[in-house]
Amino acid sequence: MAKTDRQNIPSPIGENSPRIDAREKVTGAAIYADDIQFGNSLLHARIKRSPHPHALIKKIDTSKASSLPGVKAIVTGEDFPGYIGLYLRDRYIFCRDRVRYVGDPVAGVAAISEEIAEKALELIEVEYEVLEPVLDPEFGASPKAPLLHPDLGQYAVVNFIFPQPGTNISNHFKIRKGDVDNAWGKCAAIIERKYRIPHIQHVPIEPHVATAKVDETGEITLWVSSQSPFAQRNLIAESMGISHSKMRVIAPYVGGGFGSKAGVSMEALVVAIATKVKGHPVKLLLTREEEFYTAFVRQGLIAYFKMGCDENGRLLAMENKFYWDGGAYTEYGVNVTRASGYSSSGPYEVPNVRTDSHCVYTNHPVSGPMRGFGMPEMHAGLEQCIDELAHQIGMDAVEFRKLNCLKTGSTLVTGSKMHATGLPDCIKKTAEAIGWGTKAPPSAPNKRRGKGLALMWKAPAMPPNAGSSAWVELAEDGTVNVGVGGQELGQGVFTVMAQIAAGTLGVPYESVRIATPVDTRYSPYEWQTVASRLTWSMGNAVSNAAKDAKRQILDTVAEAWEETPEDLDIVNGVVISYKSEKEIPLKSLAVYGLPKPDDQGWRGGPVVGRGKFMPAYVTGLDPETGQGERAVVHYTTGAQAVELEVDLDTGRIEIIKGVSTFDVGKAINPEMVKAQMEGGFVQGMSSALFESLQLKDGFVRNPSFVDYRIATSADTPRDLQAYIVEVPQDDGPWGARGIGEHSMVPTIPAIANAIYDAVGVRLEGPPFTAEKVYLAMLDAGIVK
Amino acid sequence: MAFHKINVTINNELDQLIVPSNMTLMHMLRESLALTGTKNGCSAGECGACTVLLNGEPVNSCMVLAVECDGAKIVTVEGLAGKKQLDPIQEAIVQEGGVQCGFCTPGILISSHALLKRNPNPSEDEIREALVGNLCRCTGYVRIIESVKVAARMQSVTD
Repeated sequence: MAKTDRQNIPSPIGENSPRIDAREKVTGAAIYADDIQFGNSLLHARIKRSPHPHALIKKIDTSKASSLPGVKAIVTGEDFPGYIGLYLRDRYIFCRDRVRYVGDPVAGVAAISEEIAEKALELIEVEYEVLEPVLDPEFGASPKAPLLHPDLGQYAVVNFIFPQPGTNISNHFKIRKGDVDNAWGKCAAIIERKYRIPHIQHVPIEPHVATAKVDETGEITLWVSSQSPFAQRNLIAESMGISHSKMRVIAPYVGGGFGSKAGVSMEALVVAIATKVKGHPVKLLLTREEEFYTAFVRQGLIAYFKMGCDENGRLLAMENKFYWDGGAYTEYGVNVTRASGYSSSGPYEVPNVRTDSHCVYTNHPVSGPMRGFGMPEMHAGLEQCIDELAHQIGMDAVEFRKLNCLKTGSTLVTGSKMHATGLPDCIKKTAEAIGWGTKAPPSAPNKRRGKGLALMWKAPAMPPNAGSSAWVELAEDGTVNVGVGGQELGQGVFTVMAQIAAGTLGVPYESVRIATPVDTRYSPYEWQTVASRLTWSMGNAVSNAAKDAKRQILDTVAEAWEETPEDLDIVNGVVISYKSEKEIPLKSLAVYGLPKPDDQGWRGGPVVGRGKFMPAYVTGLDPETGQGERAVVHYTTGAQAVELEVDLDTGRIEIIKGVSTFDVGKAINPEMVKAQMEGGFVQGMSSALFESLQLKDGFVRNPSFVDYRIATSADTPRDLQAYIVEVPQDDGPWGARGIGEHSMVPTIPAIANAIYDAVGVRLEGPPFTAEKVYLAMLDAGIVK
Repeated sequence: MAFHKINVTINNELDQLIVPSNMTLMHMLRESLALTGTKNGCSAGECGACTVLLNGEPVNSCMVLAVECDGAKIVTVEGLAGKKQLDPIQEAIVQEGGVQCGFCTPGILISSHALLKRNPNPSEDEIREALVGNLCRCTGYVRIIESVKVAARMQSVTD
């Protein structure tokens, strides 16, 4: 090998490496949880669900169902008395005394076929005493509302969530910064608005599926489509009172998650059923209908904003009140409430802020995390108010944002300082790409054209000490196996981890594979695949593991060559010395080590590098003021803009062009970063134009793809542009921070602002369907 | 429940199967033959994840009864590739990043492959129309549409 320049070592970091999972996925070889073959001992589970939004269970009679041939087990809440929950343990696996939403699990059946299990459900008799439901979060938070969780004060809860016993408020997060009341008098313009953001659903194309087996020793195995194998092991083991070592979760590829497969939703049900039929794997596959209202939903939001600026357009004050419709239980809703509270200023520097963010129990489906974790819902209103305030003070909306947006060192709403950020650059690039300030003529006389822009920020919302770990192991031929506990949901994390391992260790990207499927028995610990945190957190763990492996290898070679490790390196899978210019390929020492001279034994041996990462610097926030030193690990920021046309005859909106720019710190794989921006834009667009779970008296009226429409290939904008800004994160691998969720955060307000620009109307909330837009234009006298 | 004996050619191999009257083609592929590349997204003919070729035409296999396939030729995602190389649409999707979670991908591949068979040079509108029954929640379709264009170009080179 020619002498290698230390400065010029080839690296896959920043390269568009092809997806590591692509070939498997295009040939049908990729295995998902429902593809695993269990043979003839497999039983099928179905769930008896509450037909009432709120009722007491008076009696459950399973005798007729039990005697149906082919039924192997029936379980009810009586069998499993333990509470379960991620932040607030507020539910049973199966309801015991009370049902709180339509779909709440009351009993479970395992049978030799789905048909028999389904028939058994019809034979289970449940007597209810129907109670008044809570169907609106603002009403639910009031003293007039019936109490849905009388035992709220007794539930176990983490120390950063504040339930209000005796009410339906499961968390109340407050910001008290500066002097808001005094600031209004100094404002030259003030805007006050109310928005209503409907419930939507994640709609992964793969429905939830889980298969559980309990063996004769009581050891439980769960094969599951999961974003959270370790959290599921933890929560289910604790709820059922078993050791973590007796609970094993195996999680193959996930066919789309978007948050819905995080935490525990239906997985505990099938584990509970399986305990009654030892030796049999039991599968629960949700129907698409169940997917829409018994898996998690994105919670609804009623949001009040008041904001004011001085005559120069500088933001002086904000007062925000959020009522989150957390639903019947709050696996994640309480933390969405917290995240929206500590981010409630939006990506702006505002000296005076008062925020009250409430998570409210209602008799609606259970709120889970969904891509953006409260940020798309909150920004939907906030970023429209910013536009309106700019107009009122007579400023261009982009100039207003440039003036007020967070810059490096700005004071945040929680009192801490903003880390290095490229948000101003994101605004500039986005405005340029959309042609801000110019107006193209509409494509037809009955159409109006408009442009809109919106900003966003979002931090990973997680416990302060969410950890990652990884190992890096070499095979005989010098190829590399990387163990991780984070999940490939489609976001591309396995590819990025392979790039990071290859880049750190000094091997070709193609020689790295990821040890799949994730299996809690063998895979290293990972908190959960959520919060857009893996590239950053698990990336650090993988990088640390690769460094450890590299150190072991170089120590061995240094000893053999009688050199110092500092003079050695690994380049393209070959250990080289910058000093002596010796070289040896990894395959010559990876497993068997190196012989000592004259047949005097061996040195080195199998290489397993280990690494971990856990942020150690996150501090708490004062429960009364929401102020603290460092509430979160970092914020990803960005901007989106759209150009659209409104059809005056129908109200139909066509998105002509979409532009996204995000500061990702460092794009480990730029094309995959752009793919996240595109996919997120279209999911955001879909939520803006089409999606709403139509809840009537607690019932979801549109639980199918026919009645709940998501964006199709026909709806996608023909011009969708994505730009990357890279202002490095101080503790990210190569400076990287996350991008998965952020790309759908500003889409709703960007579209709303463009609709206003086109026809001068604003709606209380999405979806901006043709019908709603047309009626709003009719009301405003724009059409007759 | 009545059972039926059917002869069916799947991915160029002739099989004889005994299927119950109510079994769908999707279940036959996934459960009886463990051809799990064909995905079950809704069991209602709405998402397109279970799309296969039935006598050359793309169909939602959850909406076809297995017994209807007596004498038919079926192609699933497992049968798209040749012995040595991928089908152009598979190659293009890998190259263009038209796959993320991969769950809709088999259906997308089959629908695109069928489009390119009947129309080797589809316009953007024709591509969008051909894929409108295949829901994807990850990609925003941009790179999928691009992949079909690239596959059309690859095909015209090899033809």
